[in-house]
Amino acid sequence: MSLAFIIIAIATLFAAAAAMSLRNLVHCALSLVVALAGLAALYLALDAQFVGFAQILVYVGAVAILIVFAVLLTRSDATPNQAILAPDWFAGIVVSAVVFATLGWAALSSTGLPREMPPAPVATVKNIGDLLMTQYILPLEVIGLLLTAALIGAVIIAMKEETPKSSSSRGNEALTEKSEIGNRKSEIDQSLLTSAAMVQGKGGRS
Amino acid sequence: MTPLQGCLLVSALLFAIGLAGAVTRRNAILALVGIELMLNAANLNFIAFWRYGPNPEALSGMMVVIFSIAIAAAEAAVGLALIIAIYRHYRTVNLDEIKNLKG
Repeated sequence: MSLAFIIIAIATLFAAAAAMSLRNLVHCALSLVVALAGLAALYLALDAQFVGFAQILVYVGAVAILIVFAVLLTRSDATPNQAILAPDWFAGIVVSAVVFATLGWAALSSTGLPREMPPAPVATVKNIGDLLMTQYILPLEVIGLLLTAALIGAVIIAMKEETPKSSSSRGNEALTEKSEIGNRKSEIDQSLLTSAAMVQGKGGRS
Repeated sequence: MTPLQGCLLVSALLFAIGLAGAVTRRNAILALVGIELMLNAANLNFIAFWRYGPNPEALSGMMVVIFSIAIAAAEAAVGLALIIAIYRHYRTVNLDEIKNLKG
């Protein structure tokens, strides 16, 4: 195992631990980005270039942004005053320590694992594309269907409810929000008109 | 300790960190982050076994990881949409305060 691998692994694990233990959620999201980038570097160190860059694109690029947006939309970006851990956090720590001990014991005590790294295989994008289009065509189609269904479902779930029931303080809040929008409606209309005029002007010139 | 065992230990520790965070943190977003970390630990195992395994030319471990990344992206999108819907309903994402079904 090379020195670079050890350094990257330690950095990744520290960032992951920070992402799980910091108080401020924005700091947690940033540590998560570091941990995911470190994992991408580990993939690169293991000669899996395509997966490494896919990891950067998907996780560092998309999932981290999604998480930051969720933090901002749920207004939990301020540091909480109350406890950040569940009341019975000790049991959770013990369970995960037991899980780690079991996995580590299994990894360290198993014999017959290959000792040497075999020569680097040819894993070009062309090979991967060929395999995806021949041997793995069915999983690829299923993944496409799953992604479509999941993204449409995510939009539908996160869409605003049609008729919010006017109960408790929530209804009042929605009402005030609505009237605020109503007050600013003329302003919004005005800005829309100006932008439309600008677009038209540009189109006329070209 | 062989290099493969080192990879497996890193992955096991990452999984344990993710599990501890998902179980103990009160914020729903951080529970989701913990689940993502666990998925990534599994991916690291796949890549390690693919790299040190007897037949890396077949690229099977790599394919599993590509599909797993796609599934993880879908899971993150749906999970965060659920969290936003829950926040709109309860005005909180604290998992200890979300106790009612059909509330």
